[in-house]
Amino acid sequence: MSDPVNSIAAWLRAIFSGWGLSDGLITVILALLGVVILATFVLVVDILLVWIERKMVARFQDRFGPNRVGPFGIIQPIADVIKLLIKEDILPIGADKFIFNLAPIIALATVLLLWAVVPLAPTVIGADINVAVLYVVAIGSIGTLGIIMAGWASNNKYALLGAFRTVAQMIAYEVPMIIALLVPVLLARSMGMQTIVAAQSPWYIFVVPLAAVILLVSSIAELGRTPFDISEAESEIVAGFHIEYTGMKFGLFYAGELLHALTVSALISTLFLGGWRGPFVDQVPILGPVYLFIKAFLVYYLIMWIRYSFPRVRIDQMLGFNWKFLTPLALFLLIVVAILDKVLAGVPTLWYSLVMLGANLLIVWGTLLILRKYARTERIRIGEERPVAVSPETDVKELVGQE
Amino acid sequence: MTVMHVVFLITAVVSLGGAVMVVTARNLIHAALWLILTLFGVAVMYGLLSATFFTVVQVVIYIGAIAILMIFAIMLTRRVRQEPGSNVNKGWWLAGLIALLLFTSLVWMLSSWPGFQTTLQELPQDFDSIQVLGTALVSPEGYVIPFEIASVLLLAALIGAVVVAWERKS
Amino acid sequence: MIPLSYFLVFAAALFCIGLYGVLARKNAIAILMGIELMLNAVVINLVAFWRFRSPESITGQAFGVIVFAVAAAEVAVGLALFISIFRRRNSIAADEIDLLKW
Repeated sequence: MSDPVNSIAAWLRAIFSGWGLSDGLITVILALLGVVILATFVLVVDILLVWIERKMVARFQDRFGPNRVGPFGIIQPIADVIKLLIKEDILPIGADKFIFNLAPIIALATVLLLWAVVPLAPTVIGADINVAVLYVVAIGSIGTLGIIMAGWASNNKYALLGAFRTVAQMIAYEVPMIIALLVPVLLARSMGMQTIVAAQSPWYIFVVPLAAVILLVSSIAELGRTPFDISEAESEIVAGFHIEYTGMKFGLFYAGELLHALTVSALISTLFLGGWRGPFVDQVPILGPVYLFIKAFLVYYLIMWIRYSFPRVRIDQMLGFNWKFLTPLALFLLIVVAILDKVLAGVPTLWYSLVMLGANLLIVWGTLLILRKYARTERIRIGEERPVAVSPETDVKELVGQE
Repeated sequence: MTVMHVVFLITAVVSLGGAVMVVTARNLIHAALWLILTLFGVAVMYGLLSATFFTVVQVVIYIGAIAILMIFAIMLTRRVRQEPGSNVNKGWWLAGLIALLLFTSLVWMLSSWPGFQTTLQELPQDFDSIQVLGTALVSPEGYVIPFEIASVLLLAALIGAVVVAWERKS
Repeated sequence: MIPLSYFLVFAAALFCIGLYGVLARKNAIAILMGIELMLNAVVINLVAFWRFRSPESITGQAFGVIVFAVAAAEVAVGLALFISIFRRRNSIAADEIDLLKW
């Protein structure tokens, strides 16, 4: 019973062919069953995430969080869901009805689609396509489509403005994300997820940590979480593109965002932390998902930690950070990794990993030097003499000292 | 009627239906969304042709970039007052006639070609089209020159688009 | 299985629908959408011919990749032009931008 999923699948297949169904039909039925089970499991974990989020933010802010509804507030998300379900479903005047209703569905569906390529165990994966990493990028692009639809269909200037800014942010941060995704593909010589996990003899985070950091930062920006949550800045554009959504449609956006964070954590832990790898996983494949979820929750905790520690970044600062810092850094890292990979072609794994790690740390050190010089010039520029605000009668030249 | 036939039929109907809606929709944003549906259908077609790379790249480039760019451009070039009158030229019936004639002549010419009914050969089991495509695009005996020229073209288009759309503050 | 004819007819139909869009529509962006449909039909043709007639040589796919790149470049520049024209003339209907007509 060490490989339950595949043995259950084989048993069901035997039953169905005993009933006389054709082979293609059995494959379709089993695939649909797998989709339903995986989607249900992921959505149930999503509800748990709401509770985790609220408890975590409370503890970071030195308070308790929900603790009335059930022990430790564990039934709080269910109460939230009931509240959202019984709220009034408002359709704004002049809103495009079909697109308005379609947008939150697309927002949640694109997140669920990502779980098709996450390898859960050595023998269990939704679809082992050999372009899985590119598929992740593609689904990310469709996500931006859902946001534009939401912003435009609301017939609301603030929503449209929020949608524009969000899409600009997401499209901008796709570039360093794709480049950082290419680094494990380069090291594993394949874009398929199972191949990348199987090739991680030292976990890739110990070989190319800088790529993991770049991927983490770009993913947080893609998710639209603080410090990059300009799209939901309540003080600025009143909740951005989901301003007109009430009830369960808003719930879909909210839950979709949390689930997206967990999905991105699962993907980062697959690509850099070894996915389902762990002790005894070859003999007992059922331990694979356990390890994967432990690692995914660790990365998710990191993302939450960052959220509750940083202030919000302005849109121009955010885009400048992307185009002037993150993209050149990612490109430089990719070039260095590619060159080193060819130079160290026949070298045993330990030396390979150590040289790569050294190169990464060297790039980080060089980047910090450049940043320090830049920060110093900025500090000098800001600390210069500036004219102060005075009443109109005062002679400013006299104050400043005749320059 | 195998599963493949059913999938092909559904995809073809969805794509062609979406394409017809693209060219006849009055509201441009609806036309853009129908275009996205058509492009999805085309992506599924690539999947049926075992070109998985094209399936994913179609979604990334056409739907994730080009369609979104079109939607942005539509939003930025809308007149405040919705334009009355038809959204087609005066000679639209002639355009329809030309399209129909072209379609019939294409199908007639192709059906008299002996290779028209070629059936699918099985690809070898370890055929990794991505590997072969990647090698072909960067190998000197392959297509490295068109690849590099395409990169230069993209750079020129990038600079050109920025310069053309720059708002000159006088 | 599915013969080549299905894909070729599908691509021809898509091309002709795109052609109708280019010839009959007034708004410049709608014309651009027709052009995109035609380019997609062309790439389907290329990939179908690769798959059915010569799967061992990768030329069809390489050609398709280059067409993708060119289509993306053309859409970007075209839309930049439309936005620039709209700023000047406040209209992008193809029959209203006719200063060069004799």
